Amino acid sequence: MARHFDKDIEEIKDLLLRMGAKVEHSIAHSIRALLERDTLMAEEVIERDDEIDRMEVEIDQRTIELIAKMQPAAVDLRFVATIMKITPELERIADLAQDVCERVIELNREPQLKPVTQLPQLAESAQKMVREALDSFVRGDADLARSVIRQDDIADALTEDSFRALLTYMLENPRNISPAIRLTFIGKYFERMADGATNICEMVVYLVEGKMIRHSPPEES
Amino acid sequence: MTALTMQPIRSNRTEVPLMNQTTNDVASATPAKIHVQDFDFYYGDVKTLHGINLDVPERQVTALIGPSGCGKSTFLRSINRMNDIIVDAHADGVIEIDGRNIYESGVDAVELRRRVGMVFQKSNPFPKSIYDNVAYGMRIGGLRNKRRINEIVEKSLRRAALWDEAKDRLQDSALALSGGQQQRLCIARALAVDPEILLMDEPASALDPIATAKIEELIYELKDNYTIVIVTHNMQQAARVSDRTAFFMLGKLVEYGETKTMFMNPQQKMTEDYVTGRFG
Amino acid sequence: MSYLARRKFISRVAETLCAVAVLLALLPLAFILFYVIRQGIGSMNWAFFTQMPKPVGEVGGGMANAIVGTLIIIGIAALFAVPVGCICGIHLAEYPDTKFSSMVRFAADVLNGVPSIVVGIFAYGLVVLPVKRFSAIAGGVALGLLMIPIVVRTTEELLRLVPSGLREGALALGATRGRAVMTVILPAALPGILTGILVALARVAGETAPLLFTAFNNRFWSTNITQPMASLTVQIFTYAISPYDDWHRQAWAGAFLLVMIILTLSIVARLAVRRLERMNRT
Repeated sequence: MARHFDKDIEEIKDLLLRMGAKVEHSIAHSIRALLERDTLMAEEVIERDDEIDRMEVEIDQRTIELIAKMQPAAVDLRFVATIMKITPELERIADLAQDVCERVIELNREPQLKPVTQLPQLAESAQKMVREALDSFVRGDADLARSVIRQDDIADALTEDSFRALLTYMLENPRNISPAIRLTFIGKYFERMADGATNICEMVVYLVEGKMIRHSPPEES
Repeated sequence: MTALTMQPIRSNRTEVPLMNQTTNDVASATPAKIHVQDFDFYYGDVKTLHGINLDVPERQVTALIGPSGCGKSTFLRSINRMNDIIVDAHADGVIEIDGRNIYESGVDAVELRRRVGMVFQKSNPFPKSIYDNVAYGMRIGGLRNKRRINEIVEKSLRRAALWDEAKDRLQDSALALSGGQQQRLCIARALAVDPEILLMDEPASALDPIATAKIEELIYELKDNYTIVIVTHNMQQAARVSDRTAFFMLGKLVEYGETKTMFMNPQQKMTEDYVTGRFG
Repeated sequence: MSYLARRKFISRVAETLCAVAVLLALLPLAFILFYVIRQGIGSMNWAFFTQMPKPVGEVGGGMANAIVGTLIIIGIAALFAVPVGCICGIHLAEYPDTKFSSMVRFAADVLNGVPSIVVGIFAYGLVVLPVKRFSAIAGGVALGLLMIPIVVRTTEELLRLVPSGLREGALALGATRGRAVMTVILPAALPGILTGILVALARVAGETAPLLFTAFNNRFWSTNITQPMASLTVQIFTYAISPYDDWHRQAWAGAFLLVMIILTLSIVARLAVRRLERMNRT
């Protein structure tokens, strides 16, 4: 039987996906701004964040309205819960992309440091995780979500590696300290984006299977 | 590398079957008051209940939900053998209360109904005074002691949250009460014979939201002392008042479990379609 | 004429026809009442209630013996028809679908359709012949037989009017079936059953034919139920077919009294039914 609030659910889902697309865009541009030392692009990402914030508020309102009007149960309830947890996660990821861009602008005022190979790898890994997290949500694919969660360990390892490389630079030359610290921050930001993707994926598993796998040992997930 | 470090953690955890243990604890803390096994019911040649199996835990609220004609009311009425009065109907299988099969020969349905009270969809106070309504069950049970009856009438009305509204008009006709009050009177009347189990057949379906809220609040309080089985069409009501929910469809028990599971993560597609309103 | 106007027209014609039919049905009743009242009320006086019939030629006198006689005879009728009828009615309401019940129901309907004079002859054969004497008891039996089917059916119908929820409520509290009937269902239906009894009484109070061969008549004061006894209807009959004007006047007065008794019983019955219906609604 068709239900009129299926349309509401579709619309909220659509809104979330558009927000997700914007977040992915921000991540991609923050990475390019970093690699190409592009201050203009970085500023653009920072500006666009307001729009993402507005979308977050709109999704929140629509979701609360849905709860008030239809008192969702079962899969609907899990969908609403998932939306309400995914949206702030996406917003935080966008904020992190914004943070990356702020550091990029600061970095661009200083001489360029030797490249750290692990950092672009980490950035791409985080970007891929966010994209796959959103894909798993769209397709309701718990297996994909689980594979994203497993990738988090790789992201953590890359963060650690890039930190070690940057530490070496700082030890080599005190003048490297300032850019190296900013790059360390950037590494941390990408790692947290990966964490955000992981959180989204945990909610996707909940949505699909009704199982809360957060904070639980891997064999139960 | 990462996979290797995860391995020992995994095996460690499997030694502690956390989930199973909790369920067992819950089960032993609240033993089954009503045990139903392979229960069938027939109206004439028509089989309306098919092999029902379920355990109703003591001092909890169990909700029976399902579309109209799914057999939930028939099942409810089988628990106090109210179906006995239907000509041509018969039951197969076992319903045990405290381990005794109530369909066994030698079980007196009249005696059984004193232990298993029932509240109906349409409030049905007798055309007598409020007092006489509550005292009815005691009187036909042979209680004659006036003081004792007074005590129990007051206690029952208090339990049914009607005392404050009714204490000054006990001799008034019960028919002068409002719909919600009448239903609470019927609950008080059922409580007065001191049953162990209370069956409720859509007790709030004819009431306005405030009266409904009062009945729901009452059910919540009563479960400290009684095992309650409630049939409801209102899914939110089932979600609000019950600890466990059984979903019936076409005379079969489709799914039975903790209410929160039934409403957050039902295992059967049919249950999910029903609780989300996709059914049909 | 437009479609709507035509429909309105047809509707109005139908309404008018209905009204005419109602008038046709009510008119005779109104005439009878009017005529009986006009003729009867003039002949009514205190003596009518207190005095015995006077011999032909003497003016005055009353129907005291017939009034009391009627009361005694319908009392006897009620005495055995009410318990028998009520018990049958309760049985029919409680076990509506058994073979025995449909037999009882059929028998009651047949009995209801038997002409009252046949019932009178039956009572004559049953009570009068063996003792070779007319008696008030025989009259009571005849009227009682006429009452039974009415009491049976009204009791059954009115018990069925009691909401089934009441029965279930009583059973759910651990009442046996009999207990539920006696303590809840019967009290709830009591006003209605009383009504049924009143209607039955009103019906048989107007019977003449069954009394002709049973209670017969008695020109004297008698309260001995083993003796022939006067009754209003037989007295009216006797007086009405007589050639004397004074007796005719007395017959009108008797008819007036009879109509009033029946009217009162019917009105009381209506009021009681209305009360029962109110109870059922709530």
